[in-house]
Amino acid sequence: MSAPGNFKIPERGPGIWQPKIIGLLCNWCSYAGADLAGGGRIQYPPDVRVVRVMCTGRLDALFVLKAFADGADGVLVSGCHFGDCHYLEGNYKAAKRMFMVKRLMKSIGLDDRRFRMTFVSASEGAKWAAVITDVVNTVTELGPSPITEFKK
Amino acid sequence: MVEKKKTTTKKTETKKQDTKKAAPVKPEVKKQAPAAKPAATGSTTQQKPRIGVFICHCGTNIAGSMDINAVQEYAKNIPNVAYIDNYKYMCSMPGQAVINKAIHDNKLTGVVVAACSPRLHEPTFRTATKEGGLNPFRFEMANIREQNSWVHMHDQEGSTDKAKDAIRIAVAKASLLQDLFPKTVPVEKAAMVVGAGVAGMQAALDLSAAGIKTYLVESDTSIGGRMSQLDKTFPTLDCSQCILTPKMVDVGRESLIELYTYSEVHEVEGYIGNFDVTIRKKARGVMTPKEAEAKGIVGGGCNGCGDCETICPVVKPNEFEMGMKPRKAIYINHPQVVPLLYTIDFNSCVKCGLCVTACGPEKKAIDLESKDEFVKVKVGTAILATGYELFPIEKKEEWGYKRFENVITGLEFERLICASGPTGGHLVRPSDGETPKRVAFVLCAGSRDNTGIGKPYCSRFCCMYSLKHAHQIIEKIPGCTPYIFYMDIRSFGKAYEEFYYRIQDEGAKFIRGRVANILEDSKTKKLHVMTDDTLLDRPVDIEVDMVVLASAVQPSADTNRTRKLFGVSCSMDGWLLEAHPKLNPCGTTTAGVFLAGVCQGPKDIPDTVASAEGAASAASIPIHKGEVELEPYFATCIDEKCAGCGMCVNLCPYSALALVEKNGRTVMEVTEAKCKGCGTCGGFCPGGAIWMNHFATPQIVAQIDAFLLGGEQ
Repeated sequence: MSAPGNFKIPERGPGIWQPKIIGLLCNWCSYAGADLAGGGRIQYPPDVRVVRVMCTGRLDALFVLKAFADGADGVLVSGCHFGDCHYLEGNYKAAKRMFMVKRLMKSIGLDDRRFRMTFVSASEGAKWAAVITDVVNTVTELGPSPITEFKK
Repeated sequence: MVEKKKTTTKKTETKKQDTKKAAPVKPEVKKQAPAAKPAATGSTTQQKPRIGVFICHCGTNIAGSMDINAVQEYAKNIPNVAYIDNYKYMCSMPGQAVINKAIHDNKLTGVVVAACSPRLHEPTFRTATKEGGLNPFRFEMANIREQNSWVHMHDQEGSTDKAKDAIRIAVAKASLLQDLFPKTVPVEKAAMVVGAGVAGMQAALDLSAAGIKTYLVESDTSIGGRMSQLDKTFPTLDCSQCILTPKMVDVGRESLIELYTYSEVHEVEGYIGNFDVTIRKKARGVMTPKEAEAKGIVGGGCNGCGDCETICPVVKPNEFEMGMKPRKAIYINHPQVVPLLYTIDFNSCVKCGLCVTACGPEKKAIDLESKDEFVKVKVGTAILATGYELFPIEKKEEWGYKRFENVITGLEFERLICASGPTGGHLVRPSDGETPKRVAFVLCAGSRDNTGIGKPYCSRFCCMYSLKHAHQIIEKIPGCTPYIFYMDIRSFGKAYEEFYYRIQDEGAKFIRGRVANILEDSKTKKLHVMTDDTLLDRPVDIEVDMVVLASAVQPSADTNRTRKLFGVSCSMDGWLLEAHPKLNPCGTTTAGVFLAGVCQGPKDIPDTVASAEGAASAASIPIHKGEVELEPYFATCIDEKCAGCGMCVNLCPYSALALVEKNGRTVMEVTEAKCKGCGTCGGFCPGGAIWMNHFATPQIVAQIDAFLLGGEQ
């Protein structure tokens, strides 16, 4: 039982910094996909904490920014594939907003790789594990959020 | 009936009033800054939130991967937590009793259960919360199994930390939860079944037998589907048409079934209980007696005499016969079609008008200028039974389908061996019409294929139909030998294994090995089937007259379009996704939409019929109940914050929002019956004026804050 694909699970242990990542998931696709990964016992790193909403369309761009302001090292938004949205087109609208967030992050000097929007369907448990592993790896490489560093 | 309806509406009204009664308290919450602290009052009462946290061991499912005691010790210090307990199985009756007692004893205002996924047990614990005397929406679940203990099985520290955070996040939300009241809506006493193969027909028959008006929509010209193309069925060797046609006739005769053949679902609006479906009746060019009467042609309409077909000069391949038999531009699939009604294929019709003359002035059944018609129907529930088609096996080039004439698919074999088929039931080689003496059957043709060309799954019924094919040629052609090239014979059903032994005894040759290559002798058109016999561990090259590929199956072409109309998800290979693979195989995540037959995944006929009966039963429940509860997650407008910009009105995919004048200001208003609670409006509103029930901005922000800013006391 290891992470699928070529992802390397980051080292863990006392003294090793672990990122704080928040995942904002839609109920119908990504949350269900994450549940499926669980049912399949596909192992991935435990650094992402999940908040469930009915649709990624619910997500205000400010939620993402609030998370970064609160000191998140990474934010993951995950919804249905385009055309698969339980509410027809909520994920399109979310994606538009999330592009805006990415541009904003770039212009304020926050590495936009800390924020990611992915599309994982209810049948893609293995993909979910791959996504989480990749997100955790990316954020781990980027290190602690500069916002937390400034606060010190 | 009428009286009953009235009471239902009254009930709905009272429910609505309840919601309105609760509404005036809301602004107090709204006035808080979005970044409300978890400790802040978020309930409908002014009382400080008192949350009970219940941690489930789930046997060792959860307790085996994390330190439950550490989690419980930690959770004691989370703000607003008034009570904490753990139990081996929270969902058991004693587990639920713990919740019930704790609510009473500790005057809890909210409940958090840290256990499995809310997609699994949220309804259970909502009921438990309700039984404890709280509003069921005062419950929040922390997922510490599917998204924690099961995926961090060997990281006790990591999963314990994650569980602590998950509970803190859940408590933050539970502290701000409000009383909500589900809206009850009446259910239309009608159902729709999409696809009239054996699954769709069975579902429609069951629904109509339960007294429900059923609209059966089929894209082909006749009902019957794939099963009507088959010759015999395994393992009983019943003639497929013989057992199917009585059902087809029943469907045609049943007054509660309204049949729409040569039609497809064009548009779907609404929600469980009230789907508005637009059916597109494709231009057919031929009128039924009923349609003719409506147009004032008394005693007219198609009676299936076939005079038009005889005279039609256009010849096309018949799709029903897998293109092995000709048909005219005006045609029926086969003699037993239901409804017995001709169809003009307008893509090939030259509009010469000969058929109109042949049909005569009395019947006047043919209208060469007919156009697509759109019919709107209202249904309470819908069943998708869109079936399958064969994987285009020519993609697996090594087997030479469509390159070598004598390589055919299993479905083509069915037509060739069928008495009503193009050859009258005589199996012949397509290249020269000779009777074959040696026939190879290639199993797992495109199934269980990890090359990326074929399908990774098992198509489930090919082993058995290939065994049946072997039996049929042994029976029909004396001295003919079937060679079955297999990977494994999967004879899993009732009396299937016995059938397998029977075919072995009858003299079929079984060679275990996936066929690597098929080559054609260009003179004799005989075929060389090459493989590695994995039992004898040696290469084999067998010369045969004919090869039958037991081709993989895939969802039918229109499945993807139809599923999107109904908002049903699909798995990676395109099969429609059930709500739960084991416990809800007929349901979908869209309330009121169910699945029957192969559209959900490959099934043989018994399984298909069983799933259709299951789907029909499930689809009839809300209809017989007469009303359904909708989750009260709809949007509401905070009038004093709304600037009336109207951004949300354009964003709403359900046209549930509108701008209205209220107290001299333009504000948004939600039509609750149309709102499905996606929150797309709430995610955009620049003024924060939209309150999404159960997923309100302060609640989500509290969750984010609880994770990132901590909250330990």
